[in-house]
Amino acid sequence: MDITINLTDGVPIYRQIVNQVKYLVASGLLQPGEELPPIRTLALQLKVTPNTIVKAYGELETSGVIQKRQGSGTFVSEGRPQPVALRERRRVIEKRIDALLAEAHQLNFTDDDILRMVRERRAAMDETAAETAEVKKEAKK
Amino acid sequence: MEQTVVDVNDLSRTFGGKPALDGIAFRANAGQVYGLVGSNGAGKTTLLKHLLGLLRATTGSVRVFGLDPVRDPVGVLSRVGYLSEERDLPEWMRVDELMRYTQAYHPGWDASYARELLETFALDPAKKIKELSKGMRAQAGLIAAVAHRPELLILDEPSSGLDAVVRRDILDAIVRAVADDGRTVIFSSHLLDEVERMSDHVTMIQNGRVTLSGALDDVRGAYQRSRVHFAKHFDQPPVLDTVLVMEGGGRTWSVVHSGSLEQFHHSVAANGGEVVESRDATLEEIFLARAGRSRQQVEAA
Repeated sequence: MDITINLTDGVPIYRQIVNQVKYLVASGLLQPGEELPPIRTLALQLKVTPNTIVKAYGELETSGVIQKRQGSGTFVSEGRPQPVALRERRRVIEKRIDALLAEAHQLNFTDDDILRMVRERRAAMDETAAETAEVKKEAKK
Repeated sequence: MEQTVVDVNDLSRTFGGKPALDGIAFRANAGQVYGLVGSNGAGKTTLLKHLLGLLRATTGSVRVFGLDPVRDPVGVLSRVGYLSEERDLPEWMRVDELMRYTQAYHPGWDASYARELLETFALDPAKKIKELSKGMRAQAGLIAAVAHRPELLILDEPSSGLDAVVRRDILDAIVRAVADDGRTVIFSSHLLDEVERMSDHVTMIQNGRVTLSGALDDVRGAYQRSRVHFAKHFDQPPVLDTVLVMEGGGRTWSVVHSGSLEQFHHSVAANGGEVVESRDATLEEIFLARAGRSRQQVEAA
């Protein structure tokens, strides 16, 4: 699983893992039913205390993104994750947008520049996801 | 229920009349990783040596597995793995002799684990300890510390002076101790990124005192780093509430602060400024802010 830990941006490590797994699921890089690495394996890969992985997986399970199956491992949930209240979802995203706008303002980007860049990033993401799906299909043959 | 492995209360220790530890409280629960940070000579090694019974408390109490390590060294040490900062291994022994020697003290020695690590590290069993490089000595010491699968693993500056490959071996051993066996690990390190990755709890020791202690995420969440813009130019950092350190100059300053965010924003606004961005501070930023502060306090005293 492709996860990178960044120690300079001040985000707790477990939260970085939660966010990146959510991103991998949302972008289709992790498919429903796909198995996640065991705690020990991911801890060794990322060089973090295993309890951080336990915490991250626990939170992902609570929010319905992944499921533990007794004795067999941890898997990406089938179907859409449990819907969260609109207000709560807006709050999470708005906080990120505020930070983005403040940073963009500092770096002399206009709001129009940012809107355009968001669309460009979305397109690039879709392209990556499509390519990955293609590669996975090939591998299954 | 959480099981207490280490319980240190009000521990003080003097060396030649000078205080080395001053009223230390420290507790470690099973299955967790504890990182000790602090400047050189702050008292980290002295604290760890008390856990091993190598030093006797001047006042206060030290309990490991509920036992006093000075009165019951066998009861404690048989369940502890220790890698010292000096890696003081018997120079004249060969690597395989060191393994047999350590095994003799530890009934729980896992010979296949020891063999696996020897192979992973590509250590030559026939080599004498004194012929080993610094990295190989650390690896040999590490095997001797972990192969009996101790309930408590104590590592004093395990990464000190080592290259990236050996540092990775050490971190892997910590992960395995916790993930495979639910063991407890206490390690000291001056590499704060390593502490940030590997610790569940962090304890900062300055001048023989605990200045900061708690779950890593709580400690991190209690300190923010903000960028602040002022309308006017400041030659000296303006005095703001809740601030630990301020760096920068002119109209733009970078600030590490703790406590009430509202109070901080209010204080910035009162000086004609605005907070451009805020995030949780990194452990390194917190450490430098706290260490700098205690230095100033020492100089002021």
